[in-house]
Amino acid sequence: MPSIDLIANVVIAGLLTGLVYGLMALGLSVIFGVVRVVNFAHGEMMTIAMYCAVVLFGAFKLDPFLAVLPVAAVFFGFGYAMQAGLINPFITRPEHSQFMLLVAVAIIMVNVLLMIFGPSALNVQVDYQLESYEFGPILFDKARVLAAGMALATSAGLFAFFKYTNTGKAIRACADNNLGAKVVGLNVKHLYALTFGLGSACVAVAGCMMILLVDVVPTLGPGYTLLAFVIVIIGGLGSMPGALFGGILIGVSEAMAGLFFAPSAKSMFGFALLILVLLFRPQGLLGRKP
Amino acid sequence: MNQRARILLSILGIVLVLLPAFAGNYAISVATLILYFAFVGQAWNVMMGFAGQLSLGHSLYVGVGAYVAAAMFVNLGIAPWAGIWVAILVCMAMGAAIGFLAFRFGISGVYFALLTIAFAEFTRIGFDHLQWTGGSGGLFLKVAQREQMDLFNFRGPPAMYYYSILALTAGALALCSWLLKSRAGYYWQAIREDEEAAQALGINTFRYKMIAVLISSAMTAVSGVFFAFYYNNLFPEQIFHISRSIEIILGPIIGGIGTLFGPILGAFVLTMLADGITEVLAHFGVEVPGIKQVFYGVVLLVVVMFLPHGIWPTLAKKIGVAK
Repeated sequence: MPSIDLIANVVIAGLLTGLVYGLMALGLSVIFGVVRVVNFAHGEMMTIAMYCAVVLFGAFKLDPFLAVLPVAAVFFGFGYAMQAGLINPFITRPEHSQFMLLVAVAIIMVNVLLMIFGPSALNVQVDYQLESYEFGPILFDKARVLAAGMALATSAGLFAFFKYTNTGKAIRACADNNLGAKVVGLNVKHLYALTFGLGSACVAVAGCMMILLVDVVPTLGPGYTLLAFVIVIIGGLGSMPGALFGGILIGVSEAMAGLFFAPSAKSMFGFALLILVLLFRPQGLLGRKP
Repeated sequence: MNQRARILLSILGIVLVLLPAFAGNYAISVATLILYFAFVGQAWNVMMGFAGQLSLGHSLYVGVGAYVAAAMFVNLGIAPWAGIWVAILVCMAMGAAIGFLAFRFGISGVYFALLTIAFAEFTRIGFDHLQWTGGSGGLFLKVAQREQMDLFNFRGPPAMYYYSILALTAGALALCSWLLKSRAGYYWQAIREDEEAAQALGINTFRYKMIAVLISSAMTAVSGVFFAFYYNNLFPEQIFHISRSIEIILGPIIGGIGTLFGPILGAFVLTMLADGITEVLAHFGVEVPGIKQVFYGVVLLVVVMFLPHGIWPTLAKKIGVAK
């Protein structure tokens, strides 16, 4: 039996990582909630963001916290273009057709990364990755705390955008009542593209933060896609607080599973939780009833 | 089926039966792979193409079918001709459990698809830690004697595997064409098009969706047993991986979902495409890892954008075999 101190440390590390997971999943949740298309290339976009941070760090010694700005801007534009050019014509097609489209995009993304960077693991090394804050017996990794803080701040910004700005309200109107939004003259296709851009920007920030915590290889993508699905289903697809809550839940359960069982079994708990939630509360823990 | 379709199908059948007589081992292995994907694609198509239930976790049934028959053969010495029935039963039981839970709790569409992924991933990690089947280290069958044919233990030359999968694919085609014309087939199509309307007409949608899942999982289990004895090694990381599930469904979607020949055509097109890309790149001396899959992805993208119903419906019109 591990000591209480160790458990507390592991739980806190899991919680902080979980917030970064949550931000990644928030991107998926926002896109699904509005556009009603499941982004099967979500994890692949996450790895691209991680590579962007690696490249900017390697070329300009740009700290991932500063890299967030250019990477998020580029991802916003990329997401907008992808929705406007590729996905909008698929909105009315059946689910398997949308799935195929995004799987094809995901296959291209993983393998372009493989062509450019090769299969070996890359990371960034900054001084504060070795530092930590100490509160009695409990250690907070500085990098993890900062990454979690950034994830929270970005999420808060997104909440505020949807709650207080006119564009945010218009996007929520599209999600609530698509036909009504069209009737009052909203440009739904533009708003969809904007939403996909915002979701992509979330992933960009999450990716830049994640590179401080783990190494990146091209094949991480599908795993992150699944992780994001698990988190948003548990939290509630389309619910923004649900994504963060689901992220924390998965982060902590992964960390605990690594401590008490085998680290390789860690995602088993996530999937078990997913199955239970789907069966007994399909709208997710914090989701509204459809 | 019109006259022309019958003639074309007979020619195709004769070519396939005679193939080992004039083709080398490499061509036979490619043809075996095509038929394998055609068979498992046909199995998936029963659930999605006929009954409209999108499964993204069919690697579950391939993997469990493969592992059950292989573990019984390796650990207990039970021949696959007995093991296959156990494999089918286990997979049908798993399909029944997933279908029962999902349909009773009213899970459909994207949520159903994600549930099937979750079960496949859950099982993958479970097999990673199951020592009886070798855990993540893998399960290995003794490599077949190429010259001797041991039909009882399903070990033999490539032609034996080729004819087995050819028979299975032909059987699946016959079964599916019968199913599509049966009462259940019409009920499935009604459910696929509009489940509420089907229910209002008095169709027991729960029962018929369950039947589709059971048939599909049983057929996929058979493909798993074939896979195990053809490739001789099984790793949970590979056989249960989500990319395997995607591989299974690409064929029917590219070929034409819900059609009888779509899965076969799709398997042919995709396998030849992957092979063709390899050949062309080798010819130009390009050896960048990943470039093959990029081309593959681009072709998928183009097909799904411009042929939303797959290749078969368009092709069938062109060669004059459309209904």
